[in-house]
Amino acid sequence: MSAKVVAPRHFPTSKVLWSVVGWLVVFVFFFPVLWMWLEALKTEPQAASSPPTILFVPTLAEFQTVLSGDFPPFFINSAIASLMSTFLVLVLGLPAAYALAIRPVKRTRDVLFFFISTRFLPFAASLVPLYLLARDLQLLDNIFALALIYTTINLPLGVWLLRSFLLEIPPELFEAARIDGAGFRHEILRIVVPLIAPGIAATSLICLIFSWNEFFYAVNFTSSVAATAPIFLVGFISGRSLFYAKLAAAATLASLPVLMAGWIAQKQLIRGLTMGAVK
Amino acid sequence: MSSIAGSGGARVKTAASVARRDGWLRRLPLLPAFVYVVIVTQIPFALTIYYSFFSWNLLKPGSFKFAGLDNYANLVTDESIRTAVWNTVVLTVSVIGISVVLGLAVATLLNSEVFGKGLMRTLMIAPFLIMPIAGALIWKDTLLNPLFGLLPYFLKPFGLSRVDWVNQFPMVTVVTVEVWRWTPFMMLIILAGLQSQNPEVLEAARVDGANSFQAFRRITLPLVRPFLELGALLGSLFVVQTFDSIYMLTFGGPGQDTTNVPFLLYLVAFQGFSIGQASAIGVVAVVLTTIVATIGLRTLFSIFQVEPRR
Repeated sequence: MSAKVVAPRHFPTSKVLWSVVGWLVVFVFFFPVLWMWLEALKTEPQAASSPPTILFVPTLAEFQTVLSGDFPPFFINSAIASLMSTFLVLVLGLPAAYALAIRPVKRTRDVLFFFISTRFLPFAASLVPLYLLARDLQLLDNIFALALIYTTINLPLGVWLLRSFLLEIPPELFEAARIDGAGFRHEILRIVVPLIAPGIAATSLICLIFSWNEFFYAVNFTSSVAATAPIFLVGFISGRSLFYAKLAAAATLASLPVLMAGWIAQKQLIRGLTMGAVK
Repeated sequence: MSSIAGSGGARVKTAASVARRDGWLRRLPLLPAFVYVVIVTQIPFALTIYYSFFSWNLLKPGSFKFAGLDNYANLVTDESIRTAVWNTVVLTVSVIGISVVLGLAVATLLNSEVFGKGLMRTLMIAPFLIMPIAGALIWKDTLLNPLFGLLPYFLKPFGLSRVDWVNQFPMVTVVTVEVWRWTPFMMLIILAGLQSQNPEVLEAARVDGANSFQAFRRITLPLVRPFLELGALLGSLFVVQTFDSIYMLTFGGPGQDTTNVPFLLYLVAFQGFSIGQASAIGVVAVVLTTIVATIGLRTLFSIFQVEPRR
């Protein structure tokens, strides 16, 4: 009988304890992000003060400075490269995933292996020739050339991910459509697309994350006209010292689209990051 | 086909052509993606191998000449590639090791009875979503900066106020920032594993007298093991290519202390413009990665169900 009385009291204590531990850990990990936001809301003298300014009246002045300055073109370039490459990944990846999942070709396993090996092949493999080709075709510092590179990076993940969603569609649905005399195009548009809308969302999210945050090709293949958001942030390395608030505001704005998309689509995020393996 | 061949010429012909047509119909949707990937990855790689046998500096017009195995000989004699390979191994192993352990710990916390699980998870994944360049910039300039940074200020009572982390402990700094970024990734995958566990099994174990540590070791851990492997494998394929945070935090320095293979390639190709030498590094990097990845991808294939259904 006594156990019954003790149990409910014991239970919340451990819950409180573990909650405190958990929130401390989360605070440590989230702190750099929080600090970035706080610095962005300060004035420059407050942001560069020692001891650090903890209590202050927030101001959006630095966001205004960044947005009215030379930042918007970088942001727009990032948007063009991300959206265009995502679109191309879906256009090329959806039929390929369909071929590998619904009507498997011979050596499906090899084809899948081939696709994924290109994603994890070091960029060292193709970097130099791609650079020379872009230079000779006058495509350096061209945002569409950058979008094509991002398509290459994301296509293998896209094919794997879309295939994992297609595998979940019962084959009988396709049989039924074929018996009804539906054409291939009809089959794709009426059956496949609606059923794998979540898959398209997950693929788009992953493409957006990787191409929006991409830096290596951006820094080597663009200079001024096609430079993307991370390139804008690099500008702060050289002219540092008194621009912490501006730097934090720019970093906050540059990170915002992916952070928001990831937070909204958390379920798709896990599935996308594991190429469909974890549901 | 040959066994049917005797039964009637015309019919066999139709069957074969239908089969062939069907085969092409099946392959057709695959072709655009396949051709695109071959053009953008395989042909350039062939050219990389070709260039690696030439001495060519982009800044010296007319310097393009056959060099045989000179570029590879340079890699053997020059210490920089060995240092870079070693740094890559150190960085990858420590980042993956630490973030898997931390990720498991955080995932276990978030899977237990705590207040505000959803919000905790949401905040926890932020470091992974933040643009790596932005994250590294915040760490370097506002957290670790010896004059205005937050960490030196809080470490003042311990006599560590003037420690210049980025310059005095460059590898520790890079590993810290990368662990901060990859722990949420591991946590997400492992948490998904923990949540797939049937709570009744754990309950049964407890009824049978197992304490929580025993239950964790004997029941939970074997269950999440594939998830740990998956996270470690995918994570290391990404961490091997770390470039952004090194560029932002240390630029490979001081000296060569944090130069990994991707960064060395960047230095040789885009700071030195030695196309031939950079190509040789590229070929070596591909060979090394292929060896590691072949082992890794085998594991990957056993984790994913890749066998096609018929």
